[in-house]
Amino acid sequence: MNARYEAVIGVECHVELKTKTKMFCGCVNAFGGEPNTKICPVCLGMPGALPVPNAQAIELIIAAGLAFGAEIPAFSKFDRKNYFYPDMPKDYQISQYDMPLAIGGTVKYWLEDGTMRECRLTRIHLEEDTGKSTHAGSGDGRIAGSSYSLVDFNRAGVPLMECVSEPELRSGAEAVAYLESLRRTLLALGVSDVKMEEGSLRCDANVSIRPAGSAELGTKTEIKNMNSFRSVERAIESERARQIEILSNGGRIVQETRGWDEVNGVTHSMRSKEEAHDYRYFPEPDLVPLEPSRAAVERLRAALPVLPAQRFERYTSQLGIGSKQATQLVETPSLGAYFDRVVACSNNAQQASNFVLGDLSRLANETGVAVAESAVSAEHLAELIGLVDAKRINSKIAKELLARMWDGAGSPAAIVEREGLAQTTDPGAIAAFVEEVLSAHPSVVAEFKAGKSNVMGFLVGQVMKASRGKADPALVNELVRTKLSS
Amino acid sequence: MPDSIDIRYVATLARIALTDDEVEVFGRQLGDLLGHVNALAELDTASVSATAQVIESRNVLREDRPAPCLDREKVLAQAPQRQGAFFRVPRIIAE
Amino acid sequence: MEYIEKSAAQIAHDVRTRVRSAAEVTDATLAHVESVEGAVGAYLTVLADSARAHAARVDERVRNGEKLALAGVPVAVKDNMCLDGSRTTCGSKILERWIAPYTATAVARMLEAGAVPIGKANCDEFAMGSSCENSALGVTRNPYDLTRVPGGSSGGSAAAVAAYEAALGMGSDTGGSIREPGAFCNLVGFKPTYGRISRYGLIAFASSLDQIGPLARTVEDAALAYDAMAGFDPMDATTVDRPVEAAAGALREDLRGLRVGMVREFDSAALGAALDALYRAAYRDLERLGAELVEVSLPTAAYGVATYYLIAPAECSSNLARFDGVRYGLRVEGDDVRSMYDRTRAAGFGPEVKRRILIGTHALSSGYYDAYYVRAQKARTLIAGDFERAFAQCDLIACPAASCPAFEFGAKSDPYSMYLMDYYTIPMALAGLPALSVPCGWTTPEGGRVPMPVGLQLCAPLFAEKLLLGAARAYEAATGHALARRPELESVRA
Ligand SMILES: [Zn+2]
Repeated sequence: MNARYEAVIGVECHVELKTKTKMFCGCVNAFGGEPNTKICPVCLGMPGALPVPNAQAIELIIAAGLAFGAEIPAFSKFDRKNYFYPDMPKDYQISQYDMPLAIGGTVKYWLEDGTMRECRLTRIHLEEDTGKSTHAGSGDGRIAGSSYSLVDFNRAGVPLMECVSEPELRSGAEAVAYLESLRRTLLALGVSDVKMEEGSLRCDANVSIRPAGSAELGTKTEIKNMNSFRSVERAIESERARQIEILSNGGRIVQETRGWDEVNGVTHSMRSKEEAHDYRYFPEPDLVPLEPSRAAVERLRAALPVLPAQRFERYTSQLGIGSKQATQLVETPSLGAYFDRVVACSNNAQQASNFVLGDLSRLANETGVAVAESAVSAEHLAELIGLVDAKRINSKIAKELLARMWDGAGSPAAIVEREGLAQTTDPGAIAAFVEEVLSAHPSVVAEFKAGKSNVMGFLVGQVMKASRGKADPALVNELVRTKLSS
Repeated sequence: MPDSIDIRYVATLARIALTDDEVEVFGRQLGDLLGHVNALAELDTASVSATAQVIESRNVLREDRPAPCLDREKVLAQAPQRQGAFFRVPRIIAE
Repeated sequence: MEYIEKSAAQIAHDVRTRVRSAAEVTDATLAHVESVEGAVGAYLTVLADSARAHAARVDERVRNGEKLALAGVPVAVKDNMCLDGSRTTCGSKILERWIAPYTATAVARMLEAGAVPIGKANCDEFAMGSSCENSALGVTRNPYDLTRVPGGSSGGSAAAVAAYEAALGMGSDTGGSIREPGAFCNLVGFKPTYGRISRYGLIAFASSLDQIGPLARTVEDAALAYDAMAGFDPMDATTVDRPVEAAAGALREDLRGLRVGMVREFDSAALGAALDALYRAAYRDLERLGAELVEVSLPTAAYGVATYYLIAPAECSSNLARFDGVRYGLRVEGDDVRSMYDRTRAAGFGPEVKRRILIGTHALSSGYYDAYYVRAQKARTLIAGDFERAFAQCDLIACPAASCPAFEFGAKSDPYSMYLMDYYTIPMALAGLPALSVPCGWTTPEGGRVPMPVGLQLCAPLFAEKLLLGAARAYEAATGHALARRPELESVRA
């Protein structure tokens, strides 16, 4: 990378909302399905059909806006964006032009090392999705060179959230971190499935380059066709390098749309003829304006869950958990919520995190039962951590107990009590086990005395075994060492 | 107010192929019409709000409840061209 | 007088009381349609089989004791309204063979009330026009003089009702498309308040202006149809959710206590001596019925046509984009999708539709939006404000419904002269107000063979349909102009 230049990146996301029905009609909103089965006069743009907005979709957008701290204006409206395309039934898209449902706001995100960053949002608005075209005759399913296209309107009219960031990101890695945070937040809100592979999250990036430290913006290009977070990162880095190369050689960047070529790892120009789009936006006359009541907005605000970025900050700065583990904990909202309940009755957050992400997640993977839905209640896990911290049991016993708790054994303290599993911390009792083991293995003791210090592990293991695992390992270590050296 | 109209450009946006005769006739007729509508410039609208809708309703919404869809065969039977369960269109040249 | 000449109210009464069956009424109507349709051309599609099936169902419902307000009433449905399973063309080649897969709410409500759909009535293509001459699919003639137009755009519905091919007509009015053909065909043509009747299933011309309403031979019939159709529809977000007061039972005998506004800017002297005399007589009749005449001013109403010819085309340019040859309707093949669009729309739309799409596209396009579209929306605010001030001084406004009686085919070849036909009806449409035309006399046009009907327009404040219909009824009863002449059908019977 050339240090004389910095990249200026903005990201525009389209997110399909998780509603039962489409935006303006009662057709089911679901991924996939037999082509052209989820269609009605409205979403097929039949003559005479009229749209009626889905109240739930509007609430989801407002909730998303509130989660990012956006302003929810008292007045909002729908507009028509006019352009012809075969998979757009009415040949206009009902969208929002100058009065979106949410204005401003900030996405807090963090980099791999845990550094928190912020990226401001321009706006969030609500619109309808298009159908899907499959291009045939070109061999590779691409539009270029195809001889005809097949259209499926199942997706037409699905509610779509458009979320536009300010150009405040500086690298592909930052863009991905921003997208990860956006994705986690929308998932936590239940706004969307946010699956790039199913198209419920789609994003484009605007990239420009300027001399480092400059306040002016360079000419930007818009990158499309990025199908995964990894391709977002690669595409941005590739485009940044391309633009730096051009500028370094005294060239000029052309404002254009460029497509990401995953196979060759480059962006290529998507211009055919540069006919400027003239969308002829005007207020949608089939709909009346939206004026979200303040009471409704406050009700939605009060119902917001704890957001991933808030969780992450608390885990790292207050609970002292490392960035990697904290990220894993916020990744799955139910896991984070479970962890929060454990921490609420335990003061060893690190141990709680280790258990949740380690043994419990392993058990969850093996059994296919989510941690939060398992038989191990947060209170019992906290109890187990308490037993370890108080040295009542050692970690080996703790692991065994956890496996039994997963199978429904209940309170670990009760099991320890009932089965006498409490750790032996009495030096006298442990010394007796040490004595017993050393006298049973005179040859090993001799090896140690001859300088083979690595046999100590064997002896410690034998003492632990003799204690049926209950001896305090630290104390065993200490006593074995003392005895051998005496 | 501007009173010329670029008929060819507008017809391109509207996706209507026009003959040269139509360009000439429509250009003249619509130029005349623009001459008439330019009378609106006489109105002082500086402090007037725009009316998109005369009714004052707000928030007319529907519940997120599924409703029956149309029968696919009934719909596809009227498609100008279909292929299996899809609507078929000529090749799309990316723009 | 033949039975089919009876009013809708009388037919519904007879069918309800089983004096006649809906089947008999339907058969008689269909037979009459067959005999006069060749000369009149009101319908694009006659729904003989479906009408008989509907009639049979109505008779069954009557036998089951249902009290149907429009039991067995033959109705002409303008062909821009969807009726499941029927060809619905909008008078356009682009929809010439399209079968609607669903029914418009207003149509469904008429059928629910017992009406029997006789056919789909001709109209100007996509309801754009004032004479029905813009239909690409047929010619409709004025039953009072077959050399003249029936008016438009709801000309087919008007001609059908005037020629007794239906007792009621369903029309749609965007700038005058119910009121003007009503006036031309000696009918009551009623456009309710915008938002009163659902537009779901009405193929849109200009969404913020389109409104469905009845064409009828009497005010009472218009009120019955209005009562059946009006009210909130969950499928149309622009319908207004407020109670509809039944109008049919509240028709007045006189106009005592009402102030009727005479619009200073709509002086009928400008329409020539004959029409001026008719309108002056009409205003005197209103006064004689007890109304107090007051002068009101609509200073910006003169800008109505200019305002309308920006807003309506702008909306239509977008509404008609969907006719693209992809999902239904006409397609003309091309090498790629773009040329398919260009050719399909070039072949599918007639010249008036093209003109309006082009001007509307222009008015919304980059660089012109503020100068045209936004300015027109502001003018619309001013016009609505004029009416609001006028209605502070009066309860109703009376003025001409059209600037001339029905004219001969081809008489208005210049588009703008045709646009001016709606000079008196457009301002009310822009303001969303309820308005109707009611017959107010006869005049023989210059060079005409026979006297032609003339319409008086009455307009009320928003949602005051009951008052409006009530007053029109009092005027109709006191004057009886509609009954003075009969359509010229005897000579044309097939
Ligand atoms: Zn649908």
